[in-house]
Amino acid sequence: MDLSSYLTLAAIVFTIGVAGIILNHKNIIIILMSVELILLSVNINLIAFSTFQGDLTGQAFALFVLTVAAAEAAIGLAILVAYYRNRGSIAVEDINSLKG
Amino acid sequence: MYDLIVFLPLFGFLIAGIFGPWIGARGAEYVTCGFLGVCFVLSWIAFFQVAGGAEAHVPVANWFTSGKLAVAWALRIDTLTAVMLVVVSTVSFLVHVYSIGYMADDPSIPRFFAYLSLFTFAMLMLVTADNLVQLFFGWEGVGLMSYLLIGFWYERPSANAAAIKAFVVNRVGDFGFALGIFLTFQLTGSVTYDQVFAAAPGLAGKTVHFVGVDWDAPTLACLLLFMGAMGKSAQFLLHTWLPDAMEGPTPVSALIHAATMVTAGVFMVARLSPLFEMSSTALSVVLIVGATTAFFAATVGLVQNDIKRVIAYSTCSQLGYMFVGLGVGGYSLGMFHLFTHAFFKGLLFLCAGSVITAMHHEQDMRAMGGLRREMPFTFWTMMIGSLALTGVGIPFTSIGFAGFVSKDPIIEAAFASHRFGATYAFWCVDIAAALTAFYSWRLMFMTFFGHRGDWAGSLPPKAHDDHGHDDHAHYDDHAVHESPPVMLIPLAGLALGAVIAGVVFRYWFIGGGFEEFWRNSLSVGPGNHILEEMEHVPALVSLSPTLMMLGGLLVAIYMYLVDRTMPKRLAELFPALYRFLLNKWYFDELYDAVFVRPAFAIGRLFWRGGDVAIIDGFGPDGVSARVLDVTRSAVRLQSGYIYQYAFAMLLGVAALATWYLFGGAR
Amino acid sequence: MRAEAVFFWIFATILVGSALAVILARNPVHSVLFLILAFVNAAGLFLLLGAEFLAMILVVVYVGAVAVLFLFIVMLLDVDFARMKQGFVEYLLPGILIAVSVALELIYVEWGWAASPNAADPTTPSGTISNTAALGEVLYTRYFYFFQAAGMILLTAMIGAIVLTLQHKAGVKRQDVGAQVARNPETAVELRKVPSRAGV
Repeated sequence: MDLSSYLTLAAIVFTIGVAGIILNHKNIIIILMSVELILLSVNINLIAFSTFQGDLTGQAFALFVLTVAAAEAAIGLAILVAYYRNRGSIAVEDINSLKG
Repeated sequence: MYDLIVFLPLFGFLIAGIFGPWIGARGAEYVTCGFLGVCFVLSWIAFFQVAGGAEAHVPVANWFTSGKLAVAWALRIDTLTAVMLVVVSTVSFLVHVYSIGYMADDPSIPRFFAYLSLFTFAMLMLVTADNLVQLFFGWEGVGLMSYLLIGFWYERPSANAAAIKAFVVNRVGDFGFALGIFLTFQLTGSVTYDQVFAAAPGLAGKTVHFVGVDWDAPTLACLLLFMGAMGKSAQFLLHTWLPDAMEGPTPVSALIHAATMVTAGVFMVARLSPLFEMSSTALSVVLIVGATTAFFAATVGLVQNDIKRVIAYSTCSQLGYMFVGLGVGGYSLGMFHLFTHAFFKGLLFLCAGSVITAMHHEQDMRAMGGLRREMPFTFWTMMIGSLALTGVGIPFTSIGFAGFVSKDPIIEAAFASHRFGATYAFWCVDIAAALTAFYSWRLMFMTFFGHRGDWAGSLPPKAHDDHGHDDHAHYDDHAVHESPPVMLIPLAGLALGAVIAGVVFRYWFIGGGFEEFWRNSLSVGPGNHILEEMEHVPALVSLSPTLMMLGGLLVAIYMYLVDRTMPKRLAELFPALYRFLLNKWYFDELYDAVFVRPAFAIGRLFWRGGDVAIIDGFGPDGVSARVLDVTRSAVRLQSGYIYQYAFAMLLGVAALATWYLFGGAR
Repeated sequence: MRAEAVFFWIFATILVGSALAVILARNPVHSVLFLILAFVNAAGLFLLLGAEFLAMILVVVYVGAVAVLFLFIVMLLDVDFARMKQGFVEYLLPGILIAVSVALELIYVEWGWAASPNAADPTTPSGTISNTAALGEVLYTRYFYFFQAAGMILLTAMIGAIVLTLQHKAGVKRQDVGAQVARNPETAVELRKVPSRAGV
């Protein structure tokens, strides 16, 4: 398949990820998963470009993106756990201490 | 010497004004009276010197030069100036001495004497001015001092209002005066008297285009200049400030509103006689305005109950007489009446002040009566003043009290003149003579004859302390005694003047010695022979003022000595007329409706609509309100909810992408 | 060619479908499972693109570690499903609007792109070495610093996760190496003279 297909696919997955954030704004876990989807779409983009340009840079970069995504998911979930332990729930309405 | 005369009062002001707290009341009094005393002596010396032929021109300093306009500070001493010097310094000196007694209880004595001296300085600058701008400086200076002195007791709102009224009405006149100076400069290329007078004959027939109409140049200039005189000398239409000015202390009224400041207008017209001679229209206007004032003020003075107000309206009326004298071309007539009037009007005011002090600051004549037994000296001096004012003398001669000698020639001249408006003027001043006698004798009878409480029945109930500076003023019988000598000596001095000034100086002012005395200070045009013509009027005309005076006297005797119920019955018979006169022909109400209220409305419009709504609204207040609005909206962005922040970020990304795609950075 | 296209469409469709299911599912456990499915299909796509190393890494790391981690957390926390779905409808329209506009823009941008003629053909293997080896050759030479940095990131994440969630339970014995090393005879040992047969 040609490049545009992969890119279009990545765009669609990206969109779904973005929509997921907006629609599920009250559910932190789904938000984190939507972020993972976004990162996945970026990875698809990078690797598609890498293949169609014949350059391995894209794949290397995708590897790093993967690394960072994993680290971020771990930290995010750790924060969530710590928050849950302090508050007893993960209701998003209550997380407004930054209100100015 | 002339420098000393003019600047000594200034030094008096500086010392009393700046060092007042240190030298105290006594110190201020001694310094200012001392300086004024020197000034007074020097003025008389100067007067005789100048009369003998020694004119002077004393340059003091250069003021400014701008293109063609060169204005310098210089003292011009000719006969006209010398006459005014004598008037100003004499009355000012006597008023200073009198004030030592009158203001003895006042808390701010140094300030008062400082103001009096500064006023004297400004007036002297006015009369010794060598050019129109310096004249204007003195003009404004006396206006300022009038404001400060009328509002001397500034804790009283009525005094403040009166001071503002005086200043604002004067301002209206000064506006015309300034325009006149501008026009004169434009026409003649200079403001210095010598050059203006030299150029004056060349202005005949020139026209000036002003507010869409072509005017005769000298006429327009003179009319504008006369507007200033109307304001300063309280002529008809710009007179409303003078009665209210009685809020000031009585010495102020005597000095400023009888002898000096209000006569500045007369002096100015006389000084500019070369210019006025070029325009008979302007002189007719002067004549008519003066005559109307004379008549109008006399009618209002008939029914006033405040002793100072009667004398104030009398001043207004007599000023009208002076302008009548000027208007028929007899500049020296006006000046002579100015000269004698200073004495007897100043005397009347100071006597009134003596009465007021004795009555514990009660000014309503209805609370008085029978004072001649308790205050004989004041009574006799006031009698002399009234005799002088009403013009008591021997007809067909020049023997009489000062007012007779100076007023009757004006009446004769009005009859003799062929100028437009002269006949009207004659009837006005002739009838006013009767009215003058009536109100003068009314004042005398109500105040000094009869018994206290004769007129108390028509007193209004004592609701608040309007006239009394002293809280204890009320209508019962406090001990009334004569004033201290420091107040009586000036009375004596002025009384002397009121008796002999007319007889002694007539020859020089308006008689055969005219040429020798005035020389070039008063210009007499080619067709102006009024001084001779007035000698040849019919006998009845010469007699008429005396007849009028006797008529007024008799009516006053009947109404105020013989049948004391007459005034009340007459007032009840003609209530509308009585109220019309009592309310000064409703001029105050008229001006209030036509000028004051619209001015306030415009001011309010600009303040609320313009300043507050528009300038503040778009400026500081508006900006701060918008900032608050913006921050309020911005606060809603900081909800504290992370998901909303994430949402905002996504929105931002979408917007950025859109912008980049369809425009933006390429 | 045909096979590749077929597989592409299979993988792509399931990927999109499971992505949608991730965000629309009511039960978060279902969401996680659909996420796993999405990852697996993405790995398939990577294989089609010839990046087999990354495909396997995706499965191992993402599915094996991250998704399982998600599952653990979902099971651990007490979530109120109903409340979680609140606000869905309120933001439905703006969410769809923005998402669709972003998607359309992205598609608009790359619609006409074609690979340059002298780019490598994806179907031909690149040389004689495998993808993994090729990646290794690039990674440890050109991108060495990034590689190290990635390692540091992982280290930081690991320490961070532990720091955030570690709870010291009371009563659990643990070593305090510092105290152990600082032990000295004066505080540790007490010499008592005990008479014989007396006991301590």
